[in-house]
Amino acid sequence: MRLTQGTFSFLPELTDAQITRQIEYCLSNGWAVNAEYTDDPHPRNTFWEMWGMPLFDLKDPAGILMEINACRKTFPNHYIRVSAFDPTRGVESLRLSFIVNRPKEEPGFHLERTESRGRNVIYTTHAYATQKPAGRRY
Amino acid sequence: MSETVTGKDRYKSGVMAYKKMGYWEPDYQPKDTDVIALFRITPQEGVDPIEAAAAVAGESSTATWTVVWTDRLTACERYRAKAYRVDPVPNAPEQYFAYIAYDLDLFEPGSIANLTASIIGNVFGFKPLKALRLEDMRMPVAYLKTFQGPPTGIVVERERLDKYGRPLLGATVKPKLGLSGRNYGRVVYEALRGGLDFTKDDENINSQPFMHWRDRFLYCMEAVNRAQAMTGEIKGSYLNVTAATMEDMYERADFARELGSIVVMIDLVIGYTAIQSMAKWARRNDMILHLHRAGHSTYTRQKNHGIAFRVIAKWMRMAGVDHIHAGTVVGKLEGDPNTVRGIYDVLRETYNPLCLEHGIFFDQDWASLNRVMPVASGGIHAGQMHQLIHYLGEDCVLQFGGGTIGHPQGIAAGAEANRVALEAIILARNEGRDYLAEGTEILESAARSCPALKAALETWKDVTFNYESTDTPDFAPTATPT
Repeated sequence: MRLTQGTFSFLPELTDAQITRQIEYCLSNGWAVNAEYTDDPHPRNTFWEMWGMPLFDLKDPAGILMEINACRKTFPNHYIRVSAFDPTRGVESLRLSFIVNRPKEEPGFHLERTESRGRNVIYTTHAYATQKPAGRRY
Repeated sequence: MSETVTGKDRYKSGVMAYKKMGYWEPDYQPKDTDVIALFRITPQEGVDPIEAAAAVAGESSTATWTVVWTDRLTACERYRAKAYRVDPVPNAPEQYFAYIAYDLDLFEPGSIANLTASIIGNVFGFKPLKALRLEDMRMPVAYLKTFQGPPTGIVVERERLDKYGRPLLGATVKPKLGLSGRNYGRVVYEALRGGLDFTKDDENINSQPFMHWRDRFLYCMEAVNRAQAMTGEIKGSYLNVTAATMEDMYERADFARELGSIVVMIDLVIGYTAIQSMAKWARRNDMILHLHRAGHSTYTRQKNHGIAFRVIAKWMRMAGVDHIHAGTVVGKLEGDPNTVRGIYDVLRETYNPLCLEHGIFFDQDWASLNRVMPVASGGIHAGQMHQLIHYLGEDCVLQFGGGTIGHPQGIAAGAEANRVALEAIILARNEGRDYLAEGTEILESAARSCPALKAALETWKDVTFNYESTDTPDFAPTATPT
């Protein structure tokens, strides 16, 4: 399966040039960019590991792309996303978040159903990958 | 000039013109804490527009048809609403804009029912007026702070869904009536696994002989959870809990929560009090609250009489809904681009500056009430994606019903076509391309690696709904002389 979290998962993988143009867009809006990585793709896994702090003071798209590529080099078989934070009042949250790296194989999720009262079913989603310990999943 | 009669003569028994009773005060400076309403009034022939405006102020606040001495037991000057400005409407000889200020003490805190009982109460049937329309309102910050507002808001909704930087995508299940629970769930599953974020019950899907509500909820949640597991994304289906009584609605909403739904839905026809009750329920239960504006066109569409939808939008932001249908511009339902822009601004901004060409008559500070996600629904398809993003921006839900389910290769393909079209236009917009002018080209290029989008573009390429709008702003932007 293909994990379709993130703003551009239905498009072909972005090239470095395309990633750079998205970073330029974020910088032109005054947003801080950072990279995050994980080997737990559960849809409710909010907190991926941060590749350092958001790059509040780095205004050079090429420098930011270098950080992203360093993260990819260290974790070539993890999910990596680029996120942009907007500190404006009324937002104070992410404005863009897209995947720039994914494992070669994505085994996907198992849906577990627990029958409960009446016809109610309690659903639990498990990523097949997370049956193994962190760091040995992909 | 004020014509208000003062002293002993003011309270002489009998009938007196409203403008003489203190309901017309042209020198009045509205206070920051006043509620202000702007009405479009069409007086009967021979009725003085100032007197008509004063009558509206009187009938929507303290007045009755004759002088009463019991006024003198109260701080009546404070409680009288005051018409303070009357302007002719441009290009509409019989119509006038009347600005009326109301003291904050005229209203119960946090109650839309109380506000509307005054502002749109008896006054709309008042005989000396041919027609009356409530065009806009200015809500003071002090008053807004007595309302809960949207239970979730745009920001937290996005955080819960983990979806940023693009409009959300939805589809209304069709046919809107007649599907069994099992068949209904099939549509939900296909649309969500294909790439949509949400599916939606239609406004009139409640609990009918062909599908009772529990069946619908159970099959929809099976579909939602399966689609989540197939994509690794959070998905939702607006479960419509609209019902005959509050008790029924709470029962349905509780069941939706028990099944793990992230969103429930109500219709505007349940009424303002029921909406506020559901807003509080939604806040207590971490639930996104979707509002379908069923019924609004009976009173929002015609320009001479009723309530402008921008006012309904303001009331709904105060009452507390997270989503509200607010127009598409390009789709099959009423929606002038400038009017729709004004409505979207009312829902989404923290502050609205006066903007007559968008129909916004007042500066409005929203006092940190959460922002509402507008929903564009009705006759839209993937081929219009660049126009939709141009007119509506990225904080909205684009809802493709027929434009998903009617796809020649099936529902999932329809969903995929919409998602690919959306992401392609957003990518191009962020890259600084002129995506409106180059929209067709961008979509066709994306379709080269997506057969589903190619088929969608071919199927609906010439479908447009170009009819004249009825609800348009009265002011055109004037060019600044150079």
